[in-house]
Amino acid sequence: MLEPGTASRILRRPAARVCLGVLLFVGVAAAVGPALFPESYREPGPLQYAAPSLAHPFGTDLNGRDVLYRVLLGARISLIVGLAGAVISLFLGTAYGLIAGYAGGRTDNIMMRGVDILYSVPRLIFILIFINAFDGHVREFATRWDWQWLVSYSRIVILIITLGLIEWLTMARIVRGQVLALKERPFVVAARALGQSHVWIVLRHLLPNILPIVIVYLTLTIPAVILDESFLSFLGLGIQPPQASWGSLLAEGAQAINPLKIYWWLLFFPAATMSATLLALNYLGDRLRDTLDPRR
Amino acid sequence: MLFCVVSLTFFLVRLAPGGPFDRERKIPPAIEAQLLAKYKLDGPLWSQYTGYLADVVRGDLRLSTKYRNRSVNEILAQTLPVTFALGGLSFLLATLGGIWLGTFAAVRRDTAADRLSMGAALLGLSIPMFVVGPMLVLVFGLWLQWLPVGGWGSPAQLVLPAVTLALPFAAVIARLMRTSLLEVLNQDFVRTARAKGQPERTVVYKHALRVAILPVVTYLGPLAAHLLTGSIVVETVFHIPGAGGFFVNSILNRDGFLLGGVVIVYCALLIVFNLLVDASYALLDRRIRVDA
Repeated sequence: MLEPGTASRILRRPAARVCLGVLLFVGVAAAVGPALFPESYREPGPLQYAAPSLAHPFGTDLNGRDVLYRVLLGARISLIVGLAGAVISLFLGTAYGLIAGYAGGRTDNIMMRGVDILYSVPRLIFILIFINAFDGHVREFATRWDWQWLVSYSRIVILIITLGLIEWLTMARIVRGQVLALKERPFVVAARALGQSHVWIVLRHLLPNILPIVIVYLTLTIPAVILDESFLSFLGLGIQPPQASWGSLLAEGAQAINPLKIYWWLLFFPAATMSATLLALNYLGDRLRDTLDPRR
Repeated sequence: MLFCVVSLTFFLVRLAPGGPFDRERKIPPAIEAQLLAKYKLDGPLWSQYTGYLADVVRGDLRLSTKYRNRSVNEILAQTLPVTFALGGLSFLLATLGGIWLGTFAAVRRDTAADRLSMGAALLGLSIPMFVVGPMLVLVFGLWLQWLPVGGWGSPAQLVLPAVTLALPFAAVIARLMRTSLLEVLNQDFVRTARAKGQPERTVVYKHALRVAILPVVTYLGPLAAHLLTGSIVVETVFHIPGAGGFFVNSILNRDGFLLGGVVIVYCALLIVFNLLVDASYALLDRRIRVDA
């Protein structure tokens, strides 16, 4: 399991330190960056499609908005959706895996069959339909109760919930596998012999022991959720303008491609930021997993 | 299964506020009633639903409410072959490329070549295809002008989309393949084969690969689902007239029957494909019995 030295052992590799640095940098920049821009940078300006320069390091877009500012705003939304969605999937997957693994036998069989089936369903396609069916309702509901924040953020909230609802499968499989191995161990058998209740055994004996692996898979779920979100936004069915996420920025960049004039910065900077973040998360997740489970 | 999918799609589409004929300009009620009758959208929701189910069972996916006077069957007949060609080619590229790269890396375990190819796989996994696609268009289509940037018809137009679609999945398969082959290479029967003095090539390709490929075969079901989802993006990026573009538009236009048609066909396809995978699984590994 996760020993105190694990973090430093992983960080001994230079690549891991670079990845952690990238993540911290993107995170901090997304959190405080947008506030540092002067007022004029936040609104559409007269400079259309300006190439990268000292004033606008990432250039400007169709409406003369600063691309760096937009990329940071996009990072904010993408990271929030990724993190929150992954946390939801963590709760779901852990609970599902714990129940299936601990119950065992036929219950386990049926539950894991369900996971197998869900794996081979194009889940994102249903999410697409789902979001567009419910967005209007949520907005109406929020207006009636006068929840201003939900009116403007209804899409993001729905995105977080639905993406959390579809990315829990891997987590459930991993947790179940761990529980199956753990529950035959002497300390669990002893707890059962002492007459402790099932709920107590699961929460006090099993859960703390699977926590490290759960956290490792959390780092691998975050990039998956970010990828899903940007997929939806790229198709114009996720985050809606004027809000931006990496996916919708990329969609704008891809639309601006034409043979006459190449606005490469509209595509390159969002793409580079997003890829670097995803790569860093995946790499760190992989390393953590390898350290926990050297067999893989 | 298919029944659930049909019902779910039907009700989700009807749940959304606004109908397919809502326009800026109000349509006179008489005309609206006629439109609704033509598209069988009149009467209580329940009878609409049972009517739709009956039509679907008969193989009639009804008329599209956006593309007037074209039936969903007709649209699908034109677009599905395109999606299949793209998906099939990417499927081959992803599996063959992935298996090759994974084997290549596993045989050279812990060498620079291994690390390099696994690094490439991680990269392929992390960069989404809607980044790879436009980048490939920029580089090969616009700067180098080697390949057409989009459209459909000639084999050259197939190259960039198929590569874009296959790349992330080739990466996944390569990682699966490497892990699995490394595990198999440590097993007894491989040692036996080596002890018999067989050359390393035969050991790896004839004995080990056959067993190590099983996790990849298990992944083929999810792979097909991901390819279908991915084809939506790739068809948008490269302006390919496949079913994916119609899918996105049908959501935006509230074109319920077209949406339902696409979803039904996708799911039917995946079910058939998964059955095939299960069958081939049993063929590959005689130790596995498929329960009746």
